[in-house]
Amino acid sequence: MAVAGEELPSVDSDHDLPGRERSLPATPLPVTAVSSTPALRLSGISKRFGPLRANDAISFELKRGEVIALLGENGAGKTTLMNILFGHYVADEGTVEAFGKPLPPGDPRAALDAGIGMVHQHFTLADNMTVQENIALGTQSLWRMRLNRAAARRRIEQLSADFGLTVDPAATVATLSVGERQRVEILKALYREARILILDEPTAVLTPAETDALFRTLKLLVAKGLSIIFISHKLHEVMAVSDRVLVLRSGQLVGERDTASTDRKELAALMVGQEVKSAKVSPMKRGAPLLALERVSTAPYNGSGLDEVSLTLTAGEITGLAGVAGNGQAVLAALIAGIRRQVRGNISIAGQDVADWSPRAALAHGVARIPEDRHAIGSIGDMSVTENVIAERYRSPRFSRMGFLNWKASRQFAEKLIADYEVKCPSPEARIRLLSGGNMQKLILGRALDPDPTVILASQPTRGLDVGAVAYVHRMLLEARDRGAAVLLISEDLEEVLALSDRIIVMSKGRLSTPSSRGERSIRELGELMAGHSGEHSDHAA
Amino acid sequence: MRLEPKPAPSLAVTLTFPLAAIATTLFLTSMLVLAAGASPLSVFYLVAKGAAGSQFALVETLTRATPLIFTGLAIAVAFRAKLWNIGAEAQLYIGGVVTVVLGTGALPLPSVILIPVIMIAAMAAGAALLLGPAVLKTRFGVDEVVTTLLLNFIVLLFVSMLLEGVLKDPMGLGWPQSQKVIAEAQLPRIIQGKRLHYGFVIAIVSAVFVWLVMKKTVLGYEMRAVGHNPEGARFVGILVNRTLMKTALLSGGLAALAGFSEVSGLKGNLTLDLSPGYGYSGIVVAMLAMLNPLGVIASAIFVAGIFVGADAMSRAAKVPSYIADVMVATSLLTMVVAILLTRYRIKWR
Amino acid sequence: MDALEILFTASFWVAAIRIASPLIFATMGELICERAGVLNLGIEGIMTAGAFAGWFTVYSGGDLWAGVLVAALVGALFGLLHATLTVPLGLSQHVVGIGVTLLATSLTYFTYRLVLPEVTSPPKIEPFQPLAVPGLSEIPVVGEALFTQTPLTYLAFVSVAAVAWILYRTPVGLAVRAAGENPSAVEAQGISVTGIRMGAVAVGSALMAVGGAFLTISAFNSFFFQMINGRGWICIALVVFGSWRPGKALIGAILFAAFDAYQVRLQQISGGIVPYQVFLMMPYALSILALILVARRATYPKALMIPYQKGER
Repeated sequence: MAVAGEELPSVDSDHDLPGRERSLPATPLPVTAVSSTPALRLSGISKRFGPLRANDAISFELKRGEVIALLGENGAGKTTLMNILFGHYVADEGTVEAFGKPLPPGDPRAALDAGIGMVHQHFTLADNMTVQENIALGTQSLWRMRLNRAAARRRIEQLSADFGLTVDPAATVATLSVGERQRVEILKALYREARILILDEPTAVLTPAETDALFRTLKLLVAKGLSIIFISHKLHEVMAVSDRVLVLRSGQLVGERDTASTDRKELAALMVGQEVKSAKVSPMKRGAPLLALERVSTAPYNGSGLDEVSLTLTAGEITGLAGVAGNGQAVLAALIAGIRRQVRGNISIAGQDVADWSPRAALAHGVARIPEDRHAIGSIGDMSVTENVIAERYRSPRFSRMGFLNWKASRQFAEKLIADYEVKCPSPEARIRLLSGGNMQKLILGRALDPDPTVILASQPTRGLDVGAVAYVHRMLLEARDRGAAVLLISEDLEEVLALSDRIIVMSKGRLSTPSSRGERSIRELGELMAGHSGEHSDHAA
Repeated sequence: MRLEPKPAPSLAVTLTFPLAAIATTLFLTSMLVLAAGASPLSVFYLVAKGAAGSQFALVETLTRATPLIFTGLAIAVAFRAKLWNIGAEAQLYIGGVVTVVLGTGALPLPSVILIPVIMIAAMAAGAALLLGPAVLKTRFGVDEVVTTLLLNFIVLLFVSMLLEGVLKDPMGLGWPQSQKVIAEAQLPRIIQGKRLHYGFVIAIVSAVFVWLVMKKTVLGYEMRAVGHNPEGARFVGILVNRTLMKTALLSGGLAALAGFSEVSGLKGNLTLDLSPGYGYSGIVVAMLAMLNPLGVIASAIFVAGIFVGADAMSRAAKVPSYIADVMVATSLLTMVVAILLTRYRIKWR
Repeated sequence: MDALEILFTASFWVAAIRIASPLIFATMGELICERAGVLNLGIEGIMTAGAFAGWFTVYSGGDLWAGVLVAALVGALFGLLHATLTVPLGLSQHVVGIGVTLLATSLTYFTYRLVLPEVTSPPKIEPFQPLAVPGLSEIPVVGEALFTQTPLTYLAFVSVAAVAWILYRTPVGLAVRAAGENPSAVEAQGISVTGIRMGAVAVGSALMAVGGAFLTISAFNSFFFQMINGRGWICIALVVFGSWRPGKALIGAILFAAFDAYQVRLQQISGGIVPYQVFLMMPYALSILALILVARRATYPKALMIPYQKGER
């Protein structure tokens, strides 16, 4: 079913096949045309966001039955390009053709009707509805008086069986695991008879085992004639699944290789644009233990909770915490930041138990926090740069006296940070919302590091930043470590964890693995730990 | 269509936005004037004349602006912290109740002591009234819009009960009204023989005070941070719930001062028509001022002028005075669009 | 009569269902808006406008059903105004809602004074008459209460069934529920979030206006100022109380109306010992209490009050 060139089963009139009635049979192909017209042709796509060139004259073709990997760093323009293709954005210039027919810009419906299916990085599912309802959404004319539920269910079950996408159609999405949700996303596209499937960073939230299952499904889809665009910044995955690799850098298409005739090293060089320089790491000078968690448990938050976690952060050392998203890293970060409380267990600073843990207590004890989400948590978008940089210390005598703020000192501080951290920003009075992600992160970094903290919590500190900003953040963290700070680096980017950490701990299902020192475990071993395969969880202090 | 954030325009440009909103309002309401069979130009002229065309008109406008400054400030403070206090009407009435309870002879004190005592008591009562919804919001997650709105009805019935019961004026010929406050509890008139009273001065002082709080103090900073991004505020160590409580106290207190000033400065006693919806008009006043406390003075005078002017106009032209309410409501909506346009530009693709 | 006996009289329940009817319409209207992700605080003003529009249509010689239709149209217009400001422009739903209430109310009063400048007592019309359903209305108490009502009350019950069916059993209902939970799910399936939300607010507002019109052309026979008297705000509480489900909200509305009818009767037999204002306060106090009781475990539509821009996730 749902595959190019195959005859659709004829159905009796009151049992019309959901999904077919509005989307025209997505260009039923004359067999002779298969080789000539590509599934997808992008010509000269450009898109600007203010001064930023997100996409710059990008052209490529996707052949039928082919898997293209779109490789690029965060911020290289991959997601923007796919959003244009799918009609979420309108390109400033350029055209898209699907199966030889031009696609009207800015119309997701037209993209769907042309047979383009997209699995977004952030799932587009309504949690309050069932799997079946989510899949059926928008596949029937809105103005029908009733849903065609029996037929829809049969079709979903059929597709699940055909492509190994097991999921219960009657389950409410809120109850599903991340892997199951992704299967629902793929089913959504197949149900609409997508013949081009775009997957945006599909493995970011998956365990290695789930990733393997996804790759098996993709092989089945290709065998049935689908064409696939696989967006990723992970080299080994790109090598594993694709026929051809397109490399995107700063909005430009900088390279195109057949996967068979390239290697990871070449792709990495193309992606980054220069010799991949890993940050220089000086030998570690380990000091005294500074922050310790002892058998701490919490309620779940953004995924798993913590289950009897013990962790000690030591001066002069970067502890890297690796793991698949949703395994408790978020709550660990929130706990150390002071915005969540533990249910059981103790937190101590330099050997002293702290009873009242809060953002204020964390700051008072010299814990600097770089939050995962710089827009929602790390900054107050509609307030000025000045107001944001004093936010953690506005009560200190430096910035306020007797309840009155010292705006002069505050502004000077903002100017100092802007200069010291090379922040591009029109003025300290500008709303911080107007800054780019990298500049915003530099300010948050400056705010956190300026008081010379003893403990630094860096949660996904480089997510969504360009290469330059990433290198900058890494340098800052390493410098802080060399000054004797204890750093906890929480990252879903295993390469980042490997490059910076003196000690690596893997988090899975709310528990920590035993730590390993730099270079001790291979990527494969870490991957198994991330999947929770190993039973060796530490119950004692790590 | 998309909205893109843009840099804040200069102050001069920012000030043109309320004017543009008012111009749009005048254009839209002129349709209604035409429907009423009158000429918009002459009607607006009559409104302007009725609002500011004579000393009498000006005094009347400023008198009417006084309670609006208080409620406008109350709303501006609350909305800054995104505490949606729609209950200024109730807080105003509670302020009036406290004024007559303490001001009708219960406290035999000289004016210089009695008036501050009444003011503080009225503010405390108004603050306490808003504290309830604020606690329900922070502790139970009950939306304060609905609770403050419903409290308006409850408090008005409560006042009605008092005016037919314990606070009833025995000499009132059966009308539900309270006794007059004693001379020591009355705010003096600014100009002898005119209705404008010192409540107006207190209102201006309050506006400056609130401006200082919002602009210069730690509390004002915390309120703005909580209003813009409560999660972000919590992350940097601001005690969000405590800030909301303080906001509620300040906002409820300011709204109660409106009731105090109306009873003590103008009406002399408490009746059920103490406020023709000053609590709700305060929302418009605050939004027209873009929540700036000093701007509240100007926008309150503007809104008061429309009401006063429309009264005068409707006597002369055959256009119902409700045109004033329509203009005020329309200007609220045009103003929120104008504020949006100061911060975002609309891109059509 | 004994305070308990009242509960077993048919006349009490007839009154309760009558009082519930406008609340049912408006609660369904608000429910649709909120399910799509838009809090509509214009409800109080839209009900006022609907009450006047319905009444005035009949007063100027229109059919009663024409009155219902005109009220619905007027409501939809105000709904579109609200939706234009809050959906594509993403303005604060609180401020815009209050603004729409102020505008709809003042426009209504202005129009009333414009078309009836001289009247002192509100003119009357011939309202909907009760229509007993043969057979069913003869069942004691329950049958009488439910089936000796006006056609507009029956329509209120039909509206609950229709809203429930549409939300759970039709394609457009799926889109509405998804738009209130995760709008990107709607857009990813090729449906315009803006369209769904604006449509929901327009339709919801039309229902609110019919709820207002019920008061002037079915429950009473004239229009007077302040006649909505907080009913709109109560409906907002009822939506929360009903956990955004039509059936539960219906039960909430009937319970509330029964309580309201009960306090009126208690007032009559209490003999003036307790001030009547205390009884009148009860419905509002009850609404607050209901909100407190359910707020803890209320599962709001996740995208309620969160504006959506295309391509945003």
